[in-house]
Amino acid sequence: MPKKNYVVETIRKAEMTLVLAKGKRLDGRALEEHRPIKIQTGIIQKANGSALVTLGNTEVVAGVKVATGTPFPDTPDKGLLVVNAEILPLASAYAEAGPPSEDAIELARVVDRGVRESEMVDMTKLCLIPSKTVYTVFVDVNIMNVDGNLFDATSYAVVAALRTAKMKKFKVKDDKVEETDDMVPVPVSKIPVSVTMARIGDSLVVDPNSEEEAAMDMRITITTDDDGNICASQKGEASVISPAQVLQAADTSIRVGKEIRKLIKDASG
Amino acid sequence: MLLLKAEKKQLINSKGIRLDGRKFDELRPIKLEVGVLKNADGSAYIEWGKNKIMAAVYGPKEVHPKHQVLPDRALVRSRYHMAPFSVDERKNPAPSRREIEISKVIREALEPAIVVEDYPRTAIEVWVEVLQSDGGSRVAGITASSLALADAGINMRDMVVGCSCGIIEDTVVADLDDTEDKEGSGDMPVAIMPNLNQVTLLQVDGIYTRENFQKAFELAIEKDKQVYAMQREALTKKYFGEGVSTSGEEE
Repeated sequence: MPKKNYVVETIRKAEMTLVLAKGKRLDGRALEEHRPIKIQTGIIQKANGSALVTLGNTEVVAGVKVATGTPFPDTPDKGLLVVNAEILPLASAYAEAGPPSEDAIELARVVDRGVRESEMVDMTKLCLIPSKTVYTVFVDVNIMNVDGNLFDATSYAVVAALRTAKMKKFKVKDDKVEETDDMVPVPVSKIPVSVTMARIGDSLVVDPNSEEEAAMDMRITITTDDDGNICASQKGEASVISPAQVLQAADTSIRVGKEIRKLIKDASG
Repeated sequence: MLLLKAEKKQLINSKGIRLDGRKFDELRPIKLEVGVLKNADGSAYIEWGKNKIMAAVYGPKEVHPKHQVLPDRALVRSRYHMAPFSVDERKNPAPSRREIEISKVIREALEPAIVVEDYPRTAIEVWVEVLQSDGGSRVAGITASSLALADAGINMRDMVVGCSCGIIEDTVVADLDDTEDKEGSGDMPVAIMPNLNQVTLLQVDGIYTRENFQKAFELAIEKDKQVYAMQREALTKKYFGEGVSTSGEEE
């Protein structure tokens, strides 16, 4: 989201930096403390899978739609997975209607990367006839209310929706696919967890809210899997991070990710 | 499916030699040239492996549309674009989601180096055109863009230089080419300001243990510094002629 009020933000940032120097945040959280996370699945009956996630006041809805289609020529034996995000005009006074903004595209691509690279979805199980027909899994995310850290909220919603998604089973007969009445789960295993941190002055804070995002110098998102491996990351904003702080962020994301993985697991069976 | 697996080439052999004959930490050949476009305020051309990329800078110039003016600093714009003929299958010339994201991270990688406060109410535009793509095009683009910014005479805190590292067959390697990028299991482009020792671009995909993450990240920074020596040499050559020693850092 664009910064809209330089004067207010500069004053708030000065105040924030003072509090951060004492290891605290303006909303009372510790530096590595995320806001309350609520995950509700199965909220859209017409979707194959869905989830509503609230992260503090940030609210997003993810819906999974599964169909069949043709695979990409370079991955003929793998299904298709597409994550898309839209920051709705109803989500913030600063959001605008129209084609996806640069921010929305980055958001979707970073979340997509975490899900894809963690190999959460077994793409080879989504293949029906190599080079011809595969399952196509679309996960669309609607941002309903913006209060910072859309990256993590979107990621949790996508993962929870995929974990609870059921798709029509297709049979292959005489080199043709046939729809059956059976429903099977989307083949998922790992739980990738995205942890976003903001650098404000010298401090790294986990799960920045809107106010902190307006004041932040730099943002970094790191996604980890169940084994504590790092599978995706993205640095954002026109500022820098020191090499030492990158490694610090990696350790934080592994630690905080473990905690949040439990929440996602409990909420999505 | 078994057949497909058998067909997959081994990207690095038991002696640690990669498909194109490089060692794990060896860069592809890099050629840099500064001041190659007549109209642009600054420009640079880079060949990095099979990558052929042109970067041009226009500005500081008037901001259009006016409502985008920033009262206290310059507005930095960038576009990363791939020519339709730059890849195996023709690429639709319309900007893809990938290109839009890369344009954004390139802008965010370069802006920390530009003294934007020196140019309030202006725009500085960086155009990156990929004529041929071969893995690592965003870091090659950043390396060329930074030269083009310097060539345009824009005040800068440092140069920005990029290189990517990644994982192939469980080994951390530097500077992935096209095949290694597509068939390997991870890519990590890193751009830094070498004198200030600050990271301005970091993207990661693949599966890295904590140990491999640090290994790849630190190798990328080391390689960035190697490319930086070439950047200095290219700038010196343009402005002081050949045969002038830069700092003895060059390889």
